[in-house]
Amino acid sequence: MNLSRRQFFKVCAAGAGTTSLALLGFSPDAALAEVRAFKLANATETRNTCPYCSVGCGILIYTLGDRSKNAHAEVIHIEGDPDHPVNRGTLCPKGAGLLDFVQSENRLKYPEYRAPNSREWQRITWDDAFTRIARLMKEDRDANFVATNEAGQTVNRWLSTGMLAASASSNETGYLTHKFARSLGMLAFDNQARV
Amino acid sequence: MTNHWVDIKNADLILIMGGNAAEAHPCGFKWVTEAKAYRKARLIVVDPRFTRSAAVADYYAPIRAGSDIAFLAGLINYLLSHDKIHHDYVRSYTDFSFLVKADFGFENGIFTGYDPEKHSYDKASWGYQLGDDGFVLTDPTLQDPRCVYQLMKAHYARYTPEMVSTICGTPQDAFLKVCEMIAETSASDRVMTIMYALGWTQHSQGSQMIRTGAMVQLLLGNIGKPGGGMNALRGHSNIQGLTDLGLLSNLLPGYMTLAGEKEQDFAAYLDKRSPKPLRPGQLSYMQNYPKFFVSTMKAWFGDAATAENNWAYDWLPKLDKTHDILQVFEDMNAGKMNGYICQGFNPLASAPCKIKVSGALSKLKFMVVIDPLATETSEFWQDHGEYNDVDPTKIATEVFRLPSTCFAEEDGSLVSSSRVLQWHWKAANPPGEARADQEIIAGLFLKLRELYAKDGGAFPDPILNLTWRYKQPHFPSPEELAREFNGRALADVTDPKDATKVLVKKGEQLNGFAELRADGSTACGCWIFAGAWSEKGNLMARRDNSDPYGIGQTLDWAWAWPANRRVLYNRASCDPAGKPYDPSRMLVAWDGVNGRWGGSDIPDFKPDSNPTDGMGPFIMNPEGVARFFAVDKMADGPFPEHYEPMESPLANNPMHPDNPLARANPAARVFKGDWDSFGKPDQFPYVATTYRLTEHFHYWTKHCRSSSVIQPEQFVEIGETLAAERGIRSGDHVRVRSNRGHIVAVAVVTKRLRSLSVEGKQVHTVGIPIHWGFMGVARNGYLTNTLTPFVGDANTQTPEFKAFLVNVEKIQTIV
Repeated sequence: MNLSRRQFFKVCAAGAGTTSLALLGFSPDAALAEVRAFKLANATETRNTCPYCSVGCGILIYTLGDRSKNAHAEVIHIEGDPDHPVNRGTLCPKGAGLLDFVQSENRLKYPEYRAPNSREWQRITWDDAFTRIARLMKEDRDANFVATNEAGQTVNRWLSTGMLAASASSNETGYLTHKFARSLGMLAFDNQARV
Repeated sequence: MTNHWVDIKNADLILIMGGNAAEAHPCGFKWVTEAKAYRKARLIVVDPRFTRSAAVADYYAPIRAGSDIAFLAGLINYLLSHDKIHHDYVRSYTDFSFLVKADFGFENGIFTGYDPEKHSYDKASWGYQLGDDGFVLTDPTLQDPRCVYQLMKAHYARYTPEMVSTICGTPQDAFLKVCEMIAETSASDRVMTIMYALGWTQHSQGSQMIRTGAMVQLLLGNIGKPGGGMNALRGHSNIQGLTDLGLLSNLLPGYMTLAGEKEQDFAAYLDKRSPKPLRPGQLSYMQNYPKFFVSTMKAWFGDAATAENNWAYDWLPKLDKTHDILQVFEDMNAGKMNGYICQGFNPLASAPCKIKVSGALSKLKFMVVIDPLATETSEFWQDHGEYNDVDPTKIATEVFRLPSTCFAEEDGSLVSSSRVLQWHWKAANPPGEARADQEIIAGLFLKLRELYAKDGGAFPDPILNLTWRYKQPHFPSPEELAREFNGRALADVTDPKDATKVLVKKGEQLNGFAELRADGSTACGCWIFAGAWSEKGNLMARRDNSDPYGIGQTLDWAWAWPANRRVLYNRASCDPAGKPYDPSRMLVAWDGVNGRWGGSDIPDFKPDSNPTDGMGPFIMNPEGVARFFAVDKMADGPFPEHYEPMESPLANNPMHPDNPLARANPAARVFKGDWDSFGKPDQFPYVATTYRLTEHFHYWTKHCRSSSVIQPEQFVEIGETLAAERGIRSGDHVRVRSNRGHIVAVAVVTKRLRSLSVEGKQVHTVGIPIHWGFMGVARNGYLTNTLTPFVGDANTQTPEFKAFLVNVEKIQTIV
């Protein structure tokens, strides 16, 4: 058992009977100038990609906790991935500040609803949101779906509701979104590649 | 990008034009630095601003915003007239010798077939002369006046250095210096790369700017080579992926296209998209289109897509026109739309002409915003004072705001500008009740499907039959979705040459798009992504960064589309006999002993095609070669021509001063009510251009403390001459007005923006960074798209953010 001075005190403080550790012959190493433990040493490392421009820099996200059940994984640090062939560990000023995106005070936390002519948001449940949006979409689709055009050609399109998809969402999200939009007959459909 | 970020290190010369990688793509720009340091590469920057890319360039040339085609056309003229072209390359790999139809012509700025009423072209004459065998007629001697080479030479001879300088404001000696440097790369062992971004796309003639750049690269023989190519530096982390997956009005996955409403015949739809070779011995790879299409329909509609119902062809919506974002806001503003869903997209900030967009959103019945952050769009109805001066009580739109996860809180893949699909892993749970995007889409879809199953409604078939084979229907996992777009065998897939040989067993993941079939035996959501998740597992998650050839290919790092190929058109890096033009930088070569192509990259070619068979390297074109003459593929002409931006400081196009039809792009789409919204130079004398800063990303990072600390407040850049004329000093507040509105910002007086002499008059440029708004932790500011015009590129409808007109005045006190 090889303990640093700080760890020794931690162990000692952990419970009754620990005072006997020293008696059993486990004494701490000689006290040296104390340095703060490297905070990432006990963090969990997760590989990810920067969500900003398209260089696709590899990043390492460090979270507190070990992914065990009910442990809250809090992101505490993000840095460039040195193994990544493109960015080789580097990040730009935006990428270096990614932690502030994750932790931004303007992150949305709950579904919200703004009624017609209202000045404010009100919190609603997910189920309420899905139910009300689905009803609005269906009402509009059923009323305005165009099965055939004036020339009698089959067109099966729905033009009165549109969608913009997200160029920072994953391929998996994008693929599902495309299936969703076309199955409804949407054509007013774009993503940021247009602008 | 035809090439990729690390490959920039293989360049001898780098041209950055229409982009500013040092500030907008800083970590990618490091490969420019690498090329300069270790290959002694030189860097040229052509830009209206002396950017940080320019600051480390070997040569910088200023240019008036919006005049890039004139500059590049002058460069083409220089290369042709000084015989600085790669002869072997252009003769073998381009359409130089192809004969063009006799009735094609160009007069006073307008190509044949123009209809001024419709502001568009009938492109019937924009084609080749065909022989009785269906193949294009050619003249290998290049003497025929109707051959592409002769037509091109005549077209660009008009762009003399004097004319370039007149239009662009670039001093003639600076223009010629750039020409000389670039011309050196016509040698086989010298390669130039071009890096561009929104500085080329965001113009009413943006697509043609990019085409002109590509034509330069073809003349020099720089396409398909390591250190070469046309490299679009894409602006968002997965804007490449969403384009690849076809999330645009008129697309399907893998660059397939939706049918127009006239295309009622399924066989004709497929036929049109499966072109037969236009020259003998050519591959014309898109002949495989039916395999890609049928496999996508099987992925989407499963057993409900059958040969009998044309694989559910009728279930896909048919286009009356393209409903791009500008068309949509036009229709919305006209009261023709009721609902809109904004998933991770902030159109109030990022679409042009805020007053029109705001008015359009106010006419909606409902809007749904799905986003990790509180965007301006989600609060378009809210009174935010001078920055968003609206009365909520008069806006009847119902708005839903649904919180989604950010990158750190999800698994999945993104496609970088290098076309590399990289998998990333979830690190933490999202805040509060935020949910992953696919969970939100599933929630909406399942509710809709439930309503249609219970109550019926308009054409429920595609909704009720959409495949949804996910183990947790409310949460399709990223792994399941990735396996679905990769594709799998629905029955045993056998070798076309030997039916007894099974290539992929029923139920197995496909290895690549070569295994796709048009008979319904394969399902594949996005054919160009086939191979990303095969039976070998998730290839996008690979992390072997070894580089055995030392030229940065790293084939075992993640997975690139198509087929894990890193440099497109790489067959063209070899001479017609199959030997690399520069053996020191080999991508692929013909291995005569084994009868195969191979090397440091996956060959972009039929792997066993002997060079003696004469197959061309541009296998996606039915010609087998690259096109200088765009035939009917572009809306605004087969050869790029300079037109003024829609709002220009010049009354006429100096190329065609007596033809008002040829002032701005004759094929640009302008909506009726928008002509009046364009400003004239007497009221708005200065050219404005918008751009990004290193410290910010669009309208997101103003929500981040660190970015808001290092770049807290909205500013505009003004050159010293203009500042002196208008009595503006650094730190003053100025009002910048266009004909559509105004913004107020701090003035930064700088040497970086110089005034240029254009057609004998001094033209000033105002630089406008885009990043501020009325939500966030930075100081509130105006959305810069308050100023921008509602017009787009004639081909893509990408808005003209990079060249428009403003006026500037100092204000004494901040309102």
